[in-house]
Amino acid sequence: MQSNAALEYDYTVAKLYTYTAIVFGFVGMLIGTLIAAQLAWPELNYLFGEYGTFSRLRPLHTNVVIYGFTVSGVFATFYYSAQRVLKVSMAESKFVNGVAKLQFVLYFIAAASMVITELMGITQNKEYAQMEWPLDLLIVVIWVLWGVAMFGLIGIRREKALYISMWYFIACFLGVAMLYLFNNMAVPTYFTSGGVGSIMHSVSMYSGTNDALVQWWWGHNAVAFVFTVPIVAMIYYFLPKESGQAVYSYKLSLLSFWGLMFVYLWAGSHHLLWSTVPDWMQTMGSIFSVVLILPSWGSAINMLLTMKGEWNQLTENPLIKFMVLASTFYMLSTLEGPIQAIKSVNAIAHFTDWIPGHVHDGVLGWVAFMIMAGLFHMAPRMFKREIYSKKLIEAQFWLQTTAVVLYFTSMWIAGITQGMMWRAVDEYGNLMYSFIDTVTVLHPYYAIRALAGILYLTGFVMFAYNMVKTMTSSRELSEEPQFRSPMA
Amino acid sequence: MFHWLEKNPFFFAVGVFLVIAFAGLIEILPNFAEASRPVAGLRPYTVLELAGKEVYKKDNCIACHSQLIRPFKAETDRYGQYSLSGEYAYDRPFLWGSKRTGPDLHRVGNYRTTDWHENHMWEPTSVVPGSIMPAYKHMFTNKADIATAYAEAVTVKNLFNTPYGDDIKAGKEAFESYKPKILAEAKKIAAEMKNQDVKDAVAKGEIPEIVALIAYLNSLGDSRYAAAK
Repeated sequence: MQSNAALEYDYTVAKLYTYTAIVFGFVGMLIGTLIAAQLAWPELNYLFGEYGTFSRLRPLHTNVVIYGFTVSGVFATFYYSAQRVLKVSMAESKFVNGVAKLQFVLYFIAAASMVITELMGITQNKEYAQMEWPLDLLIVVIWVLWGVAMFGLIGIRREKALYISMWYFIACFLGVAMLYLFNNMAVPTYFTSGGVGSIMHSVSMYSGTNDALVQWWWGHNAVAFVFTVPIVAMIYYFLPKESGQAVYSYKLSLLSFWGLMFVYLWAGSHHLLWSTVPDWMQTMGSIFSVVLILPSWGSAINMLLTMKGEWNQLTENPLIKFMVLASTFYMLSTLEGPIQAIKSVNAIAHFTDWIPGHVHDGVLGWVAFMIMAGLFHMAPRMFKREIYSKKLIEAQFWLQTTAVVLYFTSMWIAGITQGMMWRAVDEYGNLMYSFIDTVTVLHPYYAIRALAGILYLTGFVMFAYNMVKTMTSSRELSEEPQFRSPMA
Repeated sequence: MFHWLEKNPFFFAVGVFLVIAFAGLIEILPNFAEASRPVAGLRPYTVLELAGKEVYKKDNCIACHSQLIRPFKAETDRYGQYSLSGEYAYDRPFLWGSKRTGPDLHRVGNYRTTDWHENHMWEPTSVVPGSIMPAYKHMFTNKADIATAYAEAVTVKNLFNTPYGDDIKAGKEAFESYKPKILAEAKKIAAEMKNQDVKDAVAKGEIPEIVALIAYLNSLGDSRYAAAK
């Protein structure tokens, strides 16, 4: 079956998603930087009337970076790497290629509609599931199309055994499908009320505590299946490819994969500690969060050990730097999460800035680093040109690393400070601080975080510039690079 | 077994699905019915309050405000009695939030007044010096969507047995004949406000978002138990 003749892969769809990843990445991070600055300097809330307040923009920031930037990155890397690990070109099946292109068109329509409706305040108001029911239906279609393309490609594959990255992409597909469907169960009120009111409005099928449980079963596992699972798929593909090293341990990847699948879903209730959900569920959430360290670190260590004996590449190749640091931030983030899921720590950490701090060492340090490294690796192969500037990547790396460190350290301090002040009592047992005292004290940390945002955004602009230059005016390559991506 | 799975994508996918699905079943299902029951004497939100909840959602107040008082002395001292599951039985969606850039609001109706909210939403620093909350002046001119709020009340009554009266029923005529009741409630709120544009609008039969929002905020707390007391 297998032939050694080089296949001509078709990167049309991978390129399209690369473009949207760059555009949405910039937009999402720009909004993020603006809302970070608004907390330090509230006058910035009034730039765009009712559409520019922190509260209206915050879900736009999260949705654009998750469903715009990250999901574009996932699709781009999937449509690039799946062909290669399955040893089959998209061009070999008109059907699969057509489905993938249709998926992109619908994806772009959905993403644009998401931005518009959220600016207008049309929202289900469930975190990371704000989109109203017509958009939810569109997303189901997009997701099914992805599944058709994925299993279509698998169906005509030449390489019979699925590579590790494919395990994770399949899990991403299934996990998000299940969670998204159940969390977004809602009744459109227009049809049940005899045509009264807005057609866009729906009401959740779950109420109160049940809604909270379903929502955080989703919210936590959206993190699992969008920010972890497909990103692990990327590192398992791109790190060995870029370094020329074989994955350190197959057994470790098995253990990490099935462990992650089994454990992750249980941990959702750690978002609801000390709430009105039953105690035993909270404790289950805590315990499984701690257990989650094992499969998470399993993957990360497997990746770090893949570099065994080749650590010199870390100084020579900036893409290896990005991926190794991504892996390291993944370890930091997956240790920090379980710590926050311990009930006594959570009592201080919950509701404070330590939580966005935790999220961002994961998303900035792990998710975005890995996506950018992956796209950099793909560029010379897709566009047949060398990467425009190595110096620019180096500068971007240090700028963004500094930004991540500033972000999470300032938010750690802010969060713990505020958590401690909320509970501080004087010698008579009275609360020591009014709420506003615990807000004004955070100003310097909010200012540092805004600065971190500006630095990271600047780094992203450098990435975008480097990519555009690579696509358009860099030196052309006569043959495909084997391992290390060529860069000027 | 794993080698075999890796060569059989269908069974691989089935395996993954089983492994990820059952945590949800075990953690969510057993308590589902019990967690849907309201505490005794709790009334559902009025249509005006529902319209206010829509304003709360539209401007995404949960970005900075929680509605969940945890069972710690520091929290009950600051916000009142810790939250009970049954108090949320009519909350679709739940609005607990996940971040307190501003204070908790689960019982804000017990200690803030219409007047305070009016000043605060117009210019937060006028009542809380140092506040970083933006002003929401557009709520004083935008009109609340009471038709959609009414549609929601009809829906939850018919589908989820939320105890509304017989006057809440499907159809545009039913909504038109219910409207005066919503307006009467809005007038009571407007009477306690001082913004002349808001008062004029309500007198004309229109309900600015701020009026609905204040009705909702006032309902957070003991006032929704008034019937039982």
